[in-house]
Amino acid sequence: MECPKCRGHMRTYERNGVHIEQCDNCRGIFLDHGELEALTRMESQWAQQHHAPPPAPGGPAWGAPHHGHYGHHRNRSWVGMLFSS
Amino acid sequence: MTVLKETRVLVVRVGDVVVKAHQPGTDEAWLRARLGVAQELPEVMLAPLALEWLDGGSPHGGRLVTIWPAGVALSPDDLNEADDLDRADGRDGGRDGGRDGGGAPWEEGGRLLARLHAHPPPTGLPPAGGPARVAGAVAGLAEVGLPSRVLAPIRAAYGTLPPFPFSAPAGKRAPRLTHGDWHLGQLVEHRGRWLLIDPDDLGVGDPAWDLARPAAWFAAGLLEPDAWDRFLSAYLAAGGTAVSARDPWRELDLPARALTVQLAATAVAAAARAGDPLDDAATAMLSSCERIAATARSRT
Repeated sequence: MECPKCRGHMRTYERNGVHIEQCDNCRGIFLDHGELEALTRMESQWAQQHHAPPPAPGGPAWGAPHHGHYGHHRNRSWVGMLFSS
Repeated sequence: MTVLKETRVLVVRVGDVVVKAHQPGTDEAWLRARLGVAQELPEVMLAPLALEWLDGGSPHGGRLVTIWPAGVALSPDDLNEADDLDRADGRDGGRDGGRDGGGAPWEEGGRLLARLHAHPPPTGLPPAGGPARVAGAVAGLAEVGLPSRVLAPIRAAYGTLPPFPFSAPAGKRAPRLTHGDWHLGQLVEHRGRWLLIDPDDLGVGDPAWDLARPAAWFAAGLLEPDAWDRFLSAYLAAGGTAVSARDPWRELDLPARALTVQLAATAVAAAARAGDPLDDAATAMLSSCERIAATARSRT
Protein backbone atom coordinates (compact mmCIF):
# COMPACT_ATOMS: atom_id res chain seq x y z
CA MET A 1 0.00 0.00 0.00
CA GLU A 2 1.15 3.50 -0.86
CA CYS A 3 1.00 6.42 1.56
CA PRO A 4 -1.74 8.87 0.44
CA LYS A 5 0.37 11.80 1.68
CA CYS A 6 3.98 11.20 0.60
CA ARG A 7 3.70 8.09 -1.58
CA GLY A 8 6.00 6.18 0.75
CA HIS A 9 5.61 2.48 1.52
CA MET A 10 3.06 1.64 4.24
CA ARG A 11 3.69 -1.27 6.58
CA THR A 12 0.90 -3.12 8.45
CA TYR A 13 1.07 -3.64 12.21
CA GLU A 14 -1.38 -5.43 14.44
CA ARG A 15 -1.87 -4.27 18.01
CA ASN A 16 -4.48 -6.07 20.16
CA GLY A 17 -6.63 -6.90 17.13
CA VAL A 18 -6.40 -3.46 15.52
CA HIS A 19 -4.72 -3.19 12.10
CA ILE A 20 -2.59 -0.08 11.71
CA GLU A 21 -0.84 0.98 8.50
CA GLN A 22 2.14 3.21 9.09
CA CYS A 23 4.25 4.94 6.43
CA ASP A 24 7.95 4.05 6.61
CA ASN A 25 8.79 7.50 5.24
CA CYS A 26 6.60 10.15 6.96
CA ARG A 27 5.42 7.90 9.89
CA GLY A 28 1.82 8.80 9.10
CA ILE A 29 -0.82 6.29 10.24
CA PHE A 30 -3.88 5.00 8.34
CA LEU A 31 -6.78 3.39 10.22
CA ASP A 32 -9.49 1.23 8.64
CA HIS A 33 -13.19 1.91 9.24
CA GLY A 34 -14.07 1.37 12.94
CA GLU A 35 -10.49 1.06 14.11
CA LEU A 36 -10.38 4.53 15.69
CA GLU A 37 -13.48 3.55 17.70
CA ALA A 38 -11.83 0.26 18.67
CA LEU A 39 -8.76 2.14 19.92
CA THR A 40 -10.88 4.62 21.88
CA ARG A 41 -12.81 1.76 23.47
CA MET A 42 -9.63 -0.01 24.50
CA GLU A 43 -8.20 3.20 25.91
CA SER A 44 -11.24 3.80 28.12
CA GLN A 45 -11.15 0.17 29.33
CA TRP A 46 -7.50 0.59 30.22
CA ALA A 47 -8.22 3.86 32.03
CA GLN A 48 -11.00 2.22 34.09
CA GLN A 49 -8.80 -0.69 35.06
CA HIS A 50 -5.99 1.65 36.02
CA HIS A 51 -8.03 4.30 37.81
CA ALA A 52 -6.89 2.99 41.22
CA PRO A 53 -3.71 1.16 40.36
CA PRO A 54 -3.01 -1.82 42.59
CA PRO A 55 0.39 -1.83 44.26
CA ALA A 56 3.16 -3.28 42.17
CA PRO A 57 3.82 -6.88 43.10
CA GLY A 58 7.22 -7.89 44.28
CA GLY A 59 9.30 -7.42 47.33
CA PRO A 60 12.76 -6.47 48.46
CA ALA A 61 15.92 -7.93 46.94
CA TRP A 62 16.42 -9.84 50.19
CA GLY A 63 12.88 -11.30 50.30
CA ALA A 64 12.32 -15.00 50.94
CA PRO A 65 12.30 -16.98 47.69
CA HIS A 66 8.97 -18.72 48.43
CA HIS A 67 6.56 -16.20 49.81
CA GLY A 68 3.82 -17.65 51.95
CA HIS A 69 5.74 -20.88 52.55
CA TYR A 70 4.97 -20.78 56.26
CA GLY A 71 1.45 -19.49 55.76
CA HIS A 72 -0.08 -22.88 55.19
CA HIS A 73 1.15 -24.34 58.43
CA ARG A 74 0.89 -21.27 60.57
CA ASN A 75 1.78 -22.07 64.13
CA ARG A 76 1.55 -20.40 67.49
CA SER A 77 4.92 -18.68 67.27
CA TRP A 78 4.00 -16.88 64.07
CA VAL A 79 0.57 -15.87 65.30
CA GLY A 80 2.14 -14.60 68.53
CA MET A 81 4.50 -12.42 66.52
CA LEU A 82 1.56 -10.83 64.70
CA PHE A 83 0.26 -9.50 67.98
CA SER A 84 3.28 -8.48 70.01
CA SER A 85 5.38 -5.36 70.17
CA MET B 1 -10.27 -7.66 87.22
CA THR B 2 -8.48 -9.25 84.30
CA VAL B 3 -4.77 -8.77 83.67
CA LEU B 4 -4.45 -8.26 79.90
CA LYS B 5 -0.74 -7.64 79.74
CA GLU B 6 2.11 -7.60 82.21
CA THR B 7 5.46 -6.73 80.72
CA ARG B 8 7.11 -3.35 81.16
CA VAL B 9 3.59 -1.97 81.03
CA LEU B 10 0.69 -3.39 83.01
CA VAL B 11 -2.79 -3.47 81.44
CA VAL B 12 -5.83 -4.59 83.43
CA ARG B 13 -9.51 -4.57 82.64
CA VAL B 14 -11.96 -3.56 85.37
CA GLY B 15 -15.57 -3.72 84.21
CA ASP B 16 -16.07 -1.28 81.34
CA VAL B 17 -12.65 0.32 81.55
CA VAL B 18 -9.08 -0.70 80.85
CA VAL B 19 -6.32 0.70 83.06
CA LYS B 20 -2.78 0.92 81.73
CA ALA B 21 0.23 1.56 83.95
CA HIS B 22 2.89 2.99 81.66
CA GLN B 23 6.59 2.15 81.84
CA PRO B 24 8.43 3.68 84.79
CA GLY B 25 10.18 6.81 83.56
CA THR B 26 7.54 7.64 80.94
CA ASP B 27 7.74 11.35 80.06
CA GLU B 28 4.46 12.96 81.16
CA ALA B 29 4.56 15.84 78.65
CA TRP B 30 5.18 13.43 75.77
CA LEU B 31 2.44 11.08 76.93
CA ARG B 32 0.00 14.00 77.25
CA ALA B 33 0.85 15.15 73.70
CA ARG B 34 0.28 11.61 72.41
CA LEU B 35 -3.02 11.23 74.26
CA GLY B 36 -4.08 14.58 72.82
CA VAL B 37 -3.73 13.16 69.31
CA ALA B 38 -5.85 10.14 70.23
CA GLN B 39 -8.51 12.53 71.54
CA GLU B 40 -8.40 14.60 68.35
CA LEU B 41 -8.88 11.56 66.12
CA PRO B 42 -11.76 9.59 67.66
CA GLU B 43 -12.52 7.90 64.33
CA VAL B 44 -8.98 6.56 64.03
CA MET B 45 -7.75 6.02 67.58
CA LEU B 46 -9.43 4.96 70.80
CA ALA B 47 -9.71 8.11 72.94
CA PRO B 48 -8.52 7.94 76.56
CA LEU B 49 -10.81 8.73 79.50
CA ALA B 50 -8.16 9.99 81.94
CA LEU B 51 -4.49 10.25 82.89
CA GLU B 52 -3.49 9.85 86.55
CA TRP B 53 -0.42 9.41 88.71
CA LEU B 54 -0.65 6.19 90.68
CA ASP B 55 0.31 6.67 94.35
CA GLY B 56 2.24 4.17 96.40
CA GLY B 57 5.50 2.27 96.30
CA SER B 58 7.02 -0.01 93.71
CA PRO B 59 6.38 -1.85 91.52
CA HIS B 60 3.33 0.07 90.33
CA GLY B 61 3.31 3.17 92.54
CA GLY B 62 4.62 6.44 91.19
CA ARG B 63 3.67 5.48 87.67
CA LEU B 64 1.58 7.21 85.05
CA VAL B 65 -1.71 5.46 84.49
CA THR B 66 -4.20 5.96 81.67
CA ILE B 67 -7.82 4.86 81.71
CA TRP B 68 -9.60 3.75 78.54
CA PRO B 69 -13.01 2.52 77.47
CA ALA B 70 -12.82 -1.26 77.07
CA GLY B 71 -12.93 -2.33 73.44
CA VAL B 72 -12.81 -5.84 72.02
CA ALA B 73 -9.23 -6.48 71.02
CA LEU B 74 -8.44 -8.69 68.08
CA SER B 75 -6.82 -11.82 69.47
CA PRO B 76 -4.86 -14.75 68.03
CA ASP B 77 -7.89 -16.97 68.78
CA ASP B 78 -10.10 -14.83 66.51
CA LEU B 79 -7.57 -15.27 63.77
CA ASN B 80 -7.50 -19.06 63.97
CA GLU B 81 -11.30 -19.23 64.17
CA ALA B 82 -11.70 -17.04 61.11
CA ASP B 83 -9.16 -19.11 59.21
CA ASP B 84 -10.93 -22.33 60.08
CA LEU B 85 -14.25 -20.89 58.92
CA ASP B 86 -12.72 -19.72 55.67
CA ARG B 87 -11.36 -23.14 54.98
CA ALA B 88 -14.63 -24.85 55.90
CA ASP B 89 -17.03 -22.87 53.76
CA GLY B 90 -14.99 -20.32 51.85
CA ARG B 91 -16.91 -17.40 53.33
CA ASP B 92 -15.92 -14.33 55.25
CA GLY B 93 -15.01 -15.57 58.69
CA GLY B 94 -16.60 -14.18 61.83
CA ARG B 95 -17.10 -10.54 62.68
CA ASP B 96 -17.64 -7.62 60.33
CA GLY B 97 -14.86 -5.32 59.27
CA GLY B 98 -13.10 -6.91 56.35
CA ARG B 99 -12.00 -10.11 58.05
CA ASP B 100 -11.61 -12.59 55.22
CA GLY B 101 -9.03 -14.79 53.56
CA GLY B 102 -6.01 -14.24 55.76
CA GLY B 103 -8.23 -14.24 58.84
CA ALA B 104 -7.28 -10.74 60.03
CA PRO B 105 -8.81 -7.32 59.34
CA TRP B 106 -5.79 -6.29 57.26
CA GLU B 107 -7.88 -3.86 55.21
CA GLU B 108 -9.12 -2.09 58.33
CA GLY B 109 -5.56 -1.79 59.60
CA GLY B 110 -4.42 -0.32 56.29
CA ARG B 111 -7.27 2.16 56.13
CA LEU B 112 -6.80 3.34 59.73
CA LEU B 113 -3.07 3.88 59.18
CA ALA B 114 -3.77 5.84 55.97
CA ARG B 115 -6.11 8.14 57.90
CA LEU B 116 -3.63 8.54 60.74
CA HIS B 117 -0.87 9.48 58.29
CA ALA B 118 -3.13 12.06 56.61
CA HIS B 119 -3.51 14.02 59.85
CA PRO B 120 -1.02 16.90 60.25
CA PRO B 121 1.18 16.22 63.29
CA PRO B 122 0.48 18.77 66.04
CA THR B 123 3.37 20.80 67.45
CA GLY B 124 5.01 19.47 70.59
CA LEU B 125 4.61 15.85 69.56
CA PRO B 126 7.78 13.76 70.17
CA PRO B 127 9.45 11.61 67.50
CA ALA B 128 7.67 8.34 66.70
CA GLY B 129 9.04 5.46 68.75
CA GLY B 130 9.79 2.95 65.98
CA PRO B 131 13.54 3.55 65.58
CA ALA B 132 14.11 3.58 69.36
CA ARG B 133 12.41 0.17 69.57
CA VAL B 134 14.85 -1.26 67.01
CA ALA B 135 17.83 0.11 68.93
CA GLY B 136 16.36 -1.16 72.20
CA ALA B 137 15.82 -4.68 70.83
CA VAL B 138 19.41 -4.86 69.59
CA ALA B 139 20.77 -3.48 72.87
CA GLY B 140 18.71 -6.11 74.70
CA LEU B 141 20.70 -8.89 73.01
CA ALA B 142 23.62 -8.09 75.33
CA GLU B 143 21.53 -9.12 78.35
CA VAL B 144 21.05 -12.71 77.18
CA GLY B 145 23.66 -15.30 76.33
CA LEU B 146 23.35 -16.24 72.68
CA PRO B 147 25.67 -18.17 70.37
CA SER B 148 27.39 -16.19 67.64
CA ARG B 149 25.60 -18.16 64.89
CA VAL B 150 22.40 -16.50 66.18
CA LEU B 151 23.88 -13.08 66.92
CA ALA B 152 26.03 -12.71 63.79
CA PRO B 153 23.22 -12.47 61.21
CA ILE B 154 21.27 -10.00 63.37
CA ARG B 155 24.33 -7.78 63.85
CA ALA B 156 25.21 -8.05 60.14
CA ALA B 157 21.69 -7.01 59.09
CA TYR B 158 21.75 -4.21 61.70
CA GLY B 159 25.01 -3.06 60.12
CA THR B 160 23.25 -2.43 56.80
CA LEU B 161 21.12 0.32 58.43
CA PRO B 162 22.20 3.96 58.49
CA PRO B 163 22.98 5.33 61.98
CA PHE B 164 20.14 5.96 64.44
CA PRO B 165 17.36 7.01 63.80
CA PHE B 166 17.89 4.90 60.68
CA SER B 167 16.53 7.47 58.22
CA ALA B 168 17.44 7.40 54.56
CA PRO B 169 20.11 10.02 53.81
CA ALA B 170 18.71 11.06 50.43
CA GLY B 171 15.22 12.11 49.46
CA LYS B 172 14.12 12.81 53.01
CA ARG B 173 10.39 13.39 52.93
CA ALA B 174 8.23 15.50 55.19
CA PRO B 175 7.66 13.65 58.47
CA ARG B 176 4.11 12.61 59.26
CA LEU B 177 2.02 11.47 62.18
CA THR B 178 3.11 7.87 62.75
CA HIS B 179 1.82 5.17 65.13
CA GLY B 180 5.29 3.87 65.90
CA ASP B 181 4.46 0.29 66.94
CA TRP B 182 1.79 -1.09 64.66
CA HIS B 183 0.80 -4.74 64.67
CA LEU B 184 -2.50 -6.65 64.79
CA GLY B 185 -2.68 -6.39 68.58
CA GLN B 186 -3.12 -2.63 68.12
CA LEU B 187 -6.63 -3.03 66.69
CA VAL B 188 -9.74 -3.00 68.86
CA GLU B 189 -13.41 -2.97 68.00
CA HIS B 190 -15.24 -0.29 69.96
CA ARG B 191 -18.91 0.58 69.42
CA GLY B 192 -18.95 -1.31 66.15
CA ARG B 193 -15.85 0.19 64.55
CA TRP B 194 -12.19 -0.77 64.43
CA LEU B 195 -9.78 1.67 66.03
CA LEU B 196 -6.06 1.90 66.69
CA ILE B 197 -4.87 1.69 70.29
CA ASP B 198 -1.62 2.31 72.17
CA PRO B 199 -0.32 5.84 71.52
CA ASP B 200 2.87 5.17 73.54
CA ASP B 201 5.07 5.35 70.43
CA LEU B 202 2.91 7.80 68.48
CA GLY B 203 4.88 10.69 67.08
CA VAL B 204 6.43 12.44 64.14
CA GLY B 205 8.29 10.11 61.82
CA ASP B 206 8.47 8.27 58.52
CA PRO B 207 5.00 6.73 58.07
CA ALA B 208 6.48 3.86 56.04
CA TRP B 209 7.64 2.49 59.41
CA ASP B 210 4.00 1.71 60.26
CA LEU B 211 3.84 -0.63 57.25
CA ALA B 212 7.27 -2.10 57.93
CA ARG B 213 6.32 -4.87 60.34
CA PRO B 214 3.86 -6.58 57.94
CA ALA B 215 6.41 -5.87 55.19
CA ALA B 216 9.08 -7.68 57.20
CA TRP B 217 6.73 -10.65 57.81
CA PHE B 218 5.94 -10.77 54.09
CA ALA B 219 9.61 -10.59 53.10
CA ALA B 220 10.39 -13.38 55.57
CA GLY B 221 7.82 -15.61 53.87
CA LEU B 222 5.62 -15.69 56.98
CA LEU B 223 2.79 -13.47 55.79
CA GLU B 224 0.91 -14.75 52.78
CA PRO B 225 1.27 -12.54 49.68
CA ASP B 226 -2.52 -12.21 49.49
CA ALA B 227 -2.79 -10.80 53.02
CA TRP B 228 0.10 -8.40 52.39
CA ASP B 229 -1.52 -7.27 49.14
CA ARG B 230 -4.87 -6.68 50.87
CA PHE B 231 -3.20 -4.59 53.56
CA LEU B 232 -1.13 -2.50 51.15
CA SER B 233 -3.94 -2.08 48.60
CA ALA B 234 -6.37 -0.91 51.29
CA TYR B 235 -3.75 1.51 52.61
CA LEU B 236 -3.17 3.00 49.15
CA ALA B 237 -6.86 3.06 48.22
CA ALA B 238 -7.57 5.02 51.42
CA GLY B 239 -5.08 7.66 50.28
CA GLY B 240 -2.06 6.43 52.23
CA THR B 241 1.05 8.35 51.19
CA ALA B 242 3.88 6.52 52.95
CA VAL B 243 4.68 4.50 49.83
CA SER B 244 3.90 4.72 46.12
CA ALA B 245 1.75 2.14 44.33
CA ARG B 246 4.33 2.01 41.56
CA ASP B 247 7.29 1.08 43.76
CA PRO B 248 6.27 0.55 47.39
CA TRP B 249 9.55 -1.13 48.31
CA ARG B 250 11.53 2.01 47.52
CA GLU B 251 10.28 3.44 50.83
CA LEU B 252 9.71 0.11 52.57
CA ASP B 253 13.11 -1.52 52.11
CA LEU B 254 14.91 0.36 54.88
CA PRO B 255 12.22 0.25 57.60
CA ALA B 256 11.42 -3.39 56.71
CA ARG B 257 15.11 -4.27 57.24
CA ALA B 258 15.02 -2.40 60.55
CA LEU B 259 11.87 -4.24 61.69
CA THR B 260 13.34 -7.57 60.58
CA VAL B 261 16.30 -6.88 62.88
CA GLN B 262 13.94 -5.91 65.71
CA LEU B 263 11.70 -8.96 65.26
CA ALA B 264 14.68 -11.31 65.07
CA ALA B 265 16.36 -9.75 68.12
CA THR B 266 13.14 -9.81 70.16
CA ALA B 267 12.36 -13.41 69.20
CA VAL B 268 15.81 -14.85 69.94
CA ALA B 269 16.06 -12.94 73.24
CA ALA B 270 12.63 -14.21 74.33
CA ALA B 271 13.60 -17.80 73.45
CA ALA B 272 16.89 -17.47 75.34
CA ARG B 273 15.19 -16.04 78.45
CA ALA B 274 12.63 -18.87 78.42
CA GLY B 275 15.30 -21.49 77.72
CA ASP B 276 13.40 -22.58 74.59
CA PRO B 277 14.81 -23.53 71.19
CA LEU B 278 14.16 -21.05 68.36
CA ASP B 279 10.70 -21.50 66.86
CA ASP B 280 9.77 -21.27 63.17
CA ALA B 281 9.02 -17.55 63.30
CA ALA B 282 12.35 -16.72 64.95
CA THR B 283 14.20 -18.94 62.46
CA ALA B 284 12.43 -17.22 59.54
CA MET B 285 13.45 -13.79 60.84
CA LEU B 286 17.06 -14.96 61.28
CA SER B 287 17.09 -16.22 57.68
CA SER B 288 15.80 -12.81 56.59
CA CYS B 289 18.69 -11.17 58.47
CA GLU B 290 21.12 -13.45 56.62
CA ARG B 291 19.62 -12.49 53.25
CA ILE B 292 19.71 -8.78 54.14
CA ALA B 293 23.42 -9.04 54.97
CA ALA B 294 24.17 -11.13 51.86
CA THR B 295 22.31 -8.69 49.59
CA ALA B 296 24.26 -5.76 51.07
CA ARG B 297 27.57 -7.63 50.58
CA SER B 298 26.73 -8.38 46.94
CA ARG B 299 26.19 -4.66 46.31
CA THR B 300 29.51 -3.45 47.67
